[in-house]
Amino acid sequence: MFALTEKNKSIAQLLLNTGTCPRCVFRFCCVGLQASYRHPYKDLLRELHEFLEYNKEKEDTFCGEIIDPPCKRSRLENMGEGAEDLNQNGALQETSVADDVDVTMGNPAPKVCNVCLGILQKFCEMDFVKKVCQKVNSSDYQFTSFVFSVSLPPQLSVREHAAWLLVKEEMGKQGLSLAKEDIVQLKDAYKWIIHPLFSEELGVPVDGKSLFEVSVVFAHPETDEDCHFLATVCPDCFKPAKNKQSVFTRMAIIKALDKIKEEDFRKHFPCPPRSPTRICAALEIECTNGAIFVAGRYNKYSRNLPQTPWIIDGERKLESSVEELISEHLMTAFKADSFNFSSSGREDVDVRTLGNGRPFAIELVNPHRIHFTAKEMKELQQKINNSSDKIKVRDLQLVTREAIGHMKEGEEEKTKTYNALIWTDKAIQKEEIAILDDMKELKIDQKTPLRVLHRRPLAVRSRVIHTMKSEYIDDHHFRLRLKTQAGTYIKEFVHGDFGRTKPNIGFLLKRTADILELDVESVDVDWPPSLND
Amino acid sequence: FFTDVKGNLCEDHCILQHSNRICVITLAEAHPLLQNGKTIKNINYQISANCSRLQNKVSGKSKRMQGAQFLTELAPLCRISCSDGEEYTVYSCIRGRLMEVNENILENPSILQEKPSTEGYIAVVLPKFEESKTVTQGLLTQKEYEEVLLKRFNSTS
Ligand SMILES: [Zn+2]
Repeated sequence: MFALTEKNKSIAQLLLNTGTCPRCVFRFCCVGLQASYRHPYKDLLRELHEFLEYNKEKEDTFCGEIIDPPCKRSRLENMGEGAEDLNQNGALQETSVADDVDVTMGNPAPKVCNVCLGILQKFCEMDFVKKVCQKVNSSDYQFTSFVFSVSLPPQLSVREHAAWLLVKEEMGKQGLSLAKEDIVQLKDAYKWIIHPLFSEELGVPVDGKSLFEVSVVFAHPETDEDCHFLATVCPDCFKPAKNKQSVFTRMAIIKALDKIKEEDFRKHFPCPPRSPTRICAALEIECTNGAIFVAGRYNKYSRNLPQTPWIIDGERKLESSVEELISEHLMTAFKADSFNFSSSGREDVDVRTLGNGRPFAIELVNPHRIHFTAKEMKELQQKINNSSDKIKVRDLQLVTREAIGHMKEGEEEKTKTYNALIWTDKAIQKEEIAILDDMKELKIDQKTPLRVLHRRPLAVRSRVIHTMKSEYIDDHHFRLRLKTQAGTYIKEFVHGDFGRTKPNIGFLLKRTADILELDVESVDVDWPPSLND
Repeated sequence: FFTDVKGNLCEDHCILQHSNRICVITLAEAHPLLQNGKTIKNINYQISANCSRLQNKVSGKSKRMQGAQFLTELAPLCRISCSDGEEYTVYSCIRGRLMEVNENILENPSILQEKPSTEGYIAVVLPKFEESKTVTQGLLTQKEYEEVLLKRFNSTS
């Protein structure tokens, strides 16, 4: 059954005469049945003509014999320029059908739709679908579903607006009205047509929530200036914005079209819109996969390894870092574009992290590989551990984006255990350092340490040293195990930082104290879950 | 080190710079205030009627450090008066933003004399990023300062 009814006839005729494609005719006649749009283009065109021709005299069609072959060829060539890389069989054949029929009506019809600029014509054909899918398949992604996103040239909205004014006027003559939002959106119609074709070709379903996105950006340079008059009529809609190349964004154009008076619009833009000579170009066809998150715990055994690359004045100070030693293997395995490393706190370059290690998470951006079994993850962990003796990783696993919150939440309340090697200027006895062991829940006030004051604001933070356990070495050295609230600056607690951390070990022992070595013995965050490996 | 600041004999200052360009201003060992017999009566960060170093408010995260007072080399940080009637002015010695003054020495001036190079510091100054290397150029190193002290000693004895 054909989608249009008697009451659509005058609109359909008007649009067809002015160079609009059958699918755009459907849209402006508010045809909501998706299947109607999916019929082959040439069938739609034929059916539309039959529908409109129904009452006409048969003899009208004898004009068909006067088709002038050279003329037709020249048109085809003209079309070929715009069509660029598509072969001449698919879309062009349809347009030649259009030619034939239109010529029989004595009406030289344009080949490219004056409203959709070819989006609902050639870009709905299998040639284009195959081209996109080839690109998807050659980029070698793992995916089980996909979401298709389209970016249309923003100036298309201007043509859509002009066509709407035209149709509205025609309907007005019949005492009818047409709200702009009742028109089927070009993008919707396009997706109705193209989704099943892509799904069939790629062999996976379309899913709006899929992390795998295939995106196509269309451009139409020939009509780029269509929207420029709006800036003179509605200048306040086109404020230059940062990080935007042009003020003529889709949103700005829609806003301006919403505001502009009909008569002003018609003064500047033809209704119906003029037929373009060329079809849109598919500027970019891109695939992206949603980020994958990997978590684990790491040990750092080197006092010469920063957590993240250490760069001063654009120059690397040390050749590696914890995040690089871990991430380089993940990047290779997941074939990702980039990564973001985060962890539960951090240690200084000269501090080791022992015990169960420090929780970390790595976001892998645009990974090509996404399916990893527990066994493969374990092999990956082994690979990381075999490649360096400066770090070791455990509990390496895939996690969700949400789960990473567990690592950061309550970071302040968590406790950390440290082991410090301390030096004192004056000789010290076992009994003297033992007083530290008796101190429980010692409250200290720390001003932002001088060593980070250049990048953090000055503040006084209250922290708690839960317990201390001393271990005498000699007159000037002892070890101290400290269990503290997370966020305590241990080095400053030992040497006092010009008296800016109070009390401090030097003050408590009534002498000058300094810290020689520091190890993190445990970070008490129970995430990610242990894998018992 | 910066010796004989503002032409005042032996009023030496010491500037300790961290690799993150933060500088701590302290009195150097030869400063008259640190010599035997001096008792500090009062330390005043109010350096003029409408400028108090105590009012220094550094706000805003990271780079900006808005609101911090900007100091030139000879900007006074505080005035210290002694029981013998002498008054000494401590200067910034380097260009930069005032990050912090040591309020502890107000309550307990004796730490200025007991631990002049640590807890008895005067102020913390952050030089501009582009000037962080040059601000210390006119100053003496520890070794050069010791030579100056030796010369002084020899010339007086
Ligand atoms: Zn169209």
